Amino acid sequence: MSASTAVLRAELRLFLREPFSLFWIVGFPTVLLTILGLIPSFREPDPDLGGSRVIDLYVPVNVLLAMIMAGIQALPPVLSGYRERGILRRMSTTPVRPASLLAAQIALHFAAALVSALLVVAVGRIAFDVALPGHPPGYLLALLLGALGALAMGAAVTAVAPTTKATTVLGSIVFFPMMFLAGVWVPVQAMPGPLRSVVEYLPFGAASQALGRAAEGGWPDWTHLGVTAAWAAVLIAAAVRWFRWE
Amino acid sequence: MWPGAVRGDPRTMPIIEVNGLRKAYGGRPVVDGVAFAVEEGEVFGILGPNGAGKTTTVECVEGLREPDAGAVRVAGLDPRGDRDELTGILGVQLQESELQEKLTVREALELYSAFYPDPADWRELAERLGLTGKLTTRFGRLSGGQKQRLFIALALVGRPRVVVLDELTTGLDPRARRDTWKLIEEIRDSGVTVLLVTHFMEEAQRLCDRIAVFRQGRVAALDTPAGLIRRSAGSTVISFAPSRPLDDGELTGLPEATTFERRDGRVTVHGTDTTVNAVISLLARHQITAHQLRVVDSTLDDAFLQLTEDQED
Repeated sequence: MSASTAVLRAELRLFLREPFSLFWIVGFPTVLLTILGLIPSFREPDPDLGGSRVIDLYVPVNVLLAMIMAGIQALPPVLSGYRERGILRRMSTTPVRPASLLAAQIALHFAAALVSALLVVAVGRIAFDVALPGHPPGYLLALLLGALGALAMGAAVTAVAPTTKATTVLGSIVFFPMMFLAGVWVPVQAMPGPLRSVVEYLPFGAASQALGRAAEGGWPDWTHLGVTAAWAAVLIAAAVRWFRWE
Repeated sequence: MWPGAVRGDPRTMPIIEVNGLRKAYGGRPVVDGVAFAVEEGEVFGILGPNGAGKTTTVECVEGLREPDAGAVRVAGLDPRGDRDELTGILGVQLQESELQEKLTVREALELYSAFYPDPADWRELAERLGLTGKLTTRFGRLSGGQKQRLFIALALVGRPRVVVLDELTTGLDPRARRDTWKLIEEIRDSGVTVLLVTHFMEEAQRLCDRIAVFRQGRVAALDTPAGLIRRSAGSTVISFAPSRPLDDGELTGLPEATTFERRDGRVTVHGTDTTVNAVISLLARHQITAHQLRVVDSTLDDAFLQLTEDQED
């Protein structure tokens, strides 16, 4: 077994031993979707939303929420803890680079977010009769870019916060506005025009719009995809620039 | 195990060479011109008070820190430039590092085995280190001694030629500490060179072939434990309670005596074997009985305190 496979395997086991983390990433978005779906008026077509139902809009929003949970809420304390507790340092004295540990954790959080997204789409379809994404390639691209942005934001939070405690606090501070931008409180499509035109240029606002469009069956607006990709690039650069190994 | 590596043989290259090492943090020199060489198969101790630059020095040996100046070579390798080769031959136990809280002992051993091309059998290591009964225990649930034993196992699992152990026994109870010392002796017996950072005199005295005493970022003395003790002034300590008081004049006149003190009716004289004889004849001459007469060799403690006493200046 190669060293990186061994790292990934060990980290997978550890990841599965974190029930809270797993719940927030994999369980919570579906639970929230279910609660919203149980509100009868959310299952009625709304003329203000072009005949869509509120629950239709919430499937892509909760898919994005899974990414945000994984990237911003769950990932930073893990990475920061590995740094603070000297685990990265210990590993850097072996032939294996400590970056492989970070890479394994990022990959696992990404995989968990994908599982969560599938669960949201499946429960939306089965329980609330929400149509499957109308434009699967567009949906997948928007989802990948959104996930990249969320993981990059988590990495950037880890990079700038000096301790695990600070990382958790900063992660939570960033988490709530990002949930808002993603449309968890009010779906971006349902936001008042002026607010929406600002949100569209912020992280997750654009991703939410792109996912929403692909869910309806169209190719996402290139502006939304571009804005999402640009934010991811900026956040990755920030994380690389400021990350300290100890 | 390592043919040709005869200790002290001038033809063998030292396995660790440190020359003119300097490192400053924020303009404050922490390591200020350290030099020493460790022969293959040796247990080499680095002893010194807190803040003397011990850990920074070994971190430069491990390649974790970039020296500001000076040269470090481990088996001829540059710890920073030749990182890939170095990590293959150097086993490390860091002063402050942990493992993932929920990783079991077995998983940790398997994981670290996978890092090396030709690892030792981790089951055998676990057996030797008394971890067999703890294989399914998570790291976070291990006692201090068990964690240290696991760290020794992880430092050895890559079959290193050199292991660096930084304050291995700090925080262990006396029994666990003694058990750990036995392990270090076994490591030495298997031919591995050990660089041991410690602030326990007893530990250094028992385990180390040679000791570098660090003081304010420099090597204040480098010798065998016995050599360091001999070097210190007044390496023999005579103490007794005289049956009647002795003149100061008589005591200062003792040959080769370095210091004397009186406390609670007890006289303590530091000197040599000659001093001991002189004390005995002095007492006989004055027909003084020495109650509770004790003659002891001073310990590494005394030597260490002398070597590092103006640390606070």
